[in-house]
Amino acid sequence: MADLLEVKRISMLFGGLAAVNDVSFTAGKGEILGLIGPNGAGKTTVFNIVNGFYKPTKGEVLFKERRISGLKPHQVCRLGIARTFQVVKPLQRMSVFDNVLSSAFLRAKGRAEAEGIATDAIAFTGLADDRDVISKGLPLGKRKKLEISRALATQPEFLLLDESFAGLNPHELDESIEIIRNIKARGITVMIIEHHMRVVMSISDRIVVLNYGEKIAEGTPGEIAKDPLVVEAYLGEERSA
Amino acid sequence: MPFVILAILAALPLTGLSSYAMHLVILVVMWSVVGMAWNLLGGYCGQVSFGHAAYFGVGAYTAGILYTKMAISPWWGVPLSIPVVALFSFFLGYIVLRLRGPFFALATLASGEVMRVTAENLVDFTGGTLGIMIQERTWVEKTWYYYIILLVATVTFVLVKKLAESKLGYYFVAIREDQDAAESMGINTTLYKTLALCISGCLTGAAGAFYMNYMGYIDPNVVFALHDISIITIMIVMVGGVATYWGPVVGAVIMVLLAEWIRSIPGLGTAHYTFFGILLIIIIIFLPNGIVGDFPKLKRLLKLQKA
Amino acid sequence: MTSAQIEVLLQTLISGILLGGLYALIGLGMTLIMGVMKIINLAHGELMMVAMYIAYWMFVLFHVDPYLSVFIAAPVMFFLGVMIQKFLINPVLRVESILPENQVILTVGIGMVLSNLATMFFTSDYRSTPVGYATDALYLSDYWKSSPIELSLSVPWSVSFVFAVIITIALWFFLSKTDTGKSIRATAQDPEAALLMGVNIKLMRVITFGLGSGLVGAAGCLLLPIYYLFPALGGQFTLIAFVITILGRLGSAMGAIIGGLVLGVFESLTATYIGMGWAPVGRFVMFIACLVFLPGGVASLLRKKRFGA
Repeated sequence: MADLLEVKRISMLFGGLAAVNDVSFTAGKGEILGLIGPNGAGKTTVFNIVNGFYKPTKGEVLFKERRISGLKPHQVCRLGIARTFQVVKPLQRMSVFDNVLSSAFLRAKGRAEAEGIATDAIAFTGLADDRDVISKGLPLGKRKKLEISRALATQPEFLLLDESFAGLNPHELDESIEIIRNIKARGITVMIIEHHMRVVMSISDRIVVLNYGEKIAEGTPGEIAKDPLVVEAYLGEERSA
Repeated sequence: MPFVILAILAALPLTGLSSYAMHLVILVVMWSVVGMAWNLLGGYCGQVSFGHAAYFGVGAYTAGILYTKMAISPWWGVPLSIPVVALFSFFLGYIVLRLRGPFFALATLASGEVMRVTAENLVDFTGGTLGIMIQERTWVEKTWYYYIILLVATVTFVLVKKLAESKLGYYFVAIREDQDAAESMGINTTLYKTLALCISGCLTGAAGAFYMNYMGYIDPNVVFALHDISIITIMIVMVGGVATYWGPVVGAVIMVLLAEWIRSIPGLGTAHYTFFGILLIIIIIFLPNGIVGDFPKLKRLLKLQKA
Repeated sequence: MTSAQIEVLLQTLISGILLGGLYALIGLGMTLIMGVMKIINLAHGELMMVAMYIAYWMFVLFHVDPYLSVFIAAPVMFFLGVMIQKFLINPVLRVESILPENQVILTVGIGMVLSNLATMFFTSDYRSTPVGYATDALYLSDYWKSSPIELSLSVPWSVSFVFAVIITIALWFFLSKTDTGKSIRATAQDPEAALLMGVNIKLMRVITFGLGSGLVGAAGCLLLPIYYLFPALGGQFTLIAFVITILGRLGSAMGAIIGGLVLGVFESLTATYIGMGWAPVGRFVMFIACLVFLPGGVASLLRKKRFGA
């Protein structure tokens, strides 16, 4: 598999503290890559670096062999990387459809084409019935789906999903797993941050584990489950919690 | 519906309104332009400017300086203020638009004040605090002034409506609702905020240039005024309705008439800012989206009182 | 440089620092409110104007010295601030609206009412407070007979400066040593965490707004012996307050002190070397330069040095 995304030895310092320290990994085209780790391990920071909100203090990020670290988020998005947010950020006073339409304009040539893309994207996540609901009034599960629809409407090649499963009920969880499998089937590479171990183990092709900003393991779900460092990191968290 | 309103407005001077009434109507239309312009940036794009006097004043001074320094008709100021203000707002936008929320508000407030103090001190260029006076008025009658500002207002209204319903409008609202989300949806937030600011600034500047022609006199404390221009502009939109098409128009009607009415009450003339302030406080607490924006809520409130 | 030029420079620096001390006090009130409430109080200068009228009438009617009026005006302003927060700003925080800056616009409305009421009651006349020591000054040559240059130190300016320093130290003590002070700081740093720790955030907000108003009220009393008083003076001091706050970095008390001093000296230099009328322009040039080149404020320069990052 050719590497779509290459993260090379990135570090991110905040006032002398390293939120991410010398982390490297790659994501191959078409795979689902899980990113896990205890709270405060630096997962979202990695997303923020890839997506362009942060410029890494050290290291670089390559997308399709092109350096993207240092670009603005909108430039990164235009190149084909979309994301969702852990704390959902719906455009509160817009309807579901208008939310998605706003991002569909990115690659559409006209309004009609944008509307087509947006309609597809909400149908894809099963939000078609909520098309005209103002997004402020949506329950959490649907807001998470809205975020995914909005990201998909930018027609990305690479999708960053930040805890798209947190706070969902078991039924919604199954739906979301299905959605992500379908995204993969469309040929979009997915990277997910997830706390829900069952989910991440079942859908990821490979998993990267972070702890205190450093990569402590990488491998298939089977390998990760047996890794003593990973077990230690998670047990440590449970003990302190 | 809009055409009916436009036809009524166009026929207004034929009804034989008094000169004073025409003056009020002209002021209402001019303030509608400024309100609609502010609304594009503040209401749709979410960038609350406390310094629209900067654009108004630069527009007015463009017209005035054309007259005093180049000895050409100040009416050229209305079209020519557009490139001047565009350049000015582009430059100002570069500085203030990197700031978010309240910081943006502060920076815009400061920019209005900077312009005022600068105009006061650049005596050779602006005439300082003595201001600029146009000796010969174009018309004694108000009719043509009215048609000119009505034209500007119609263009503004149509432009704002077209923009708000286009991709640009969606981008503006996306930026207002969540700048980080907008940015990660591929929206170049800096670019679109600058666009909103430039368009808003140019329309406000055109109104300012009209003001120079219509009133025949400006000075820094009049056109760069914090309360009389910048804050009144915000009030017009707040009272009328944020992010609505007709809100600024309704707001302009209310504010201009209210100001005239208070001024006409003996002994209360100086108190109009107290009333404005109280009105602003009431609107913010009870109708935060203005009369047009919160119309259903307003109707509910009125019904409750009748019952 | 000739000795005359040095004299002018030193004299300018001295008056800049004295001015800066008062500015710092004005800025501190605003910084405190910004830090805890995350809003900008655009009625800040108007609150100071109200305090100045209180002190003015105390002097004219009862011959109370403006410096003593600090102990009257500051508590009154504290109370006024508490009322404003409780009955006007707090309700607006709960109201859902399109523009998030509604609270800021609200403070504009409050400021408008205050300054307009002052105009109605006290007319827009400029007033000065005829304290006996208004023009007293200490001269360097009185203490050092053979001094090559002559410098003067205005008595009211110096007394006001000393008062400002004392109030600042008292504020520091309050914020760092008392439980209420610590709760206020916790609310400023992380309201959610503070809430979890059992801090009554709502009460802290009310106290903070009162405290900020009280501080600027005290600053008004200190300014009275050395400045004119008129209803519209609030606006310019609101601007000064936020220039200081931006200069010093938002929400940082130390930043406000540094910002106040820097601004005072800078304005004094502009007034001496460029012209009185340009002092406000200098203020804003500095403000805009700060926004563009130094978003973390002057304090960020110091911090960078310390950590070497």
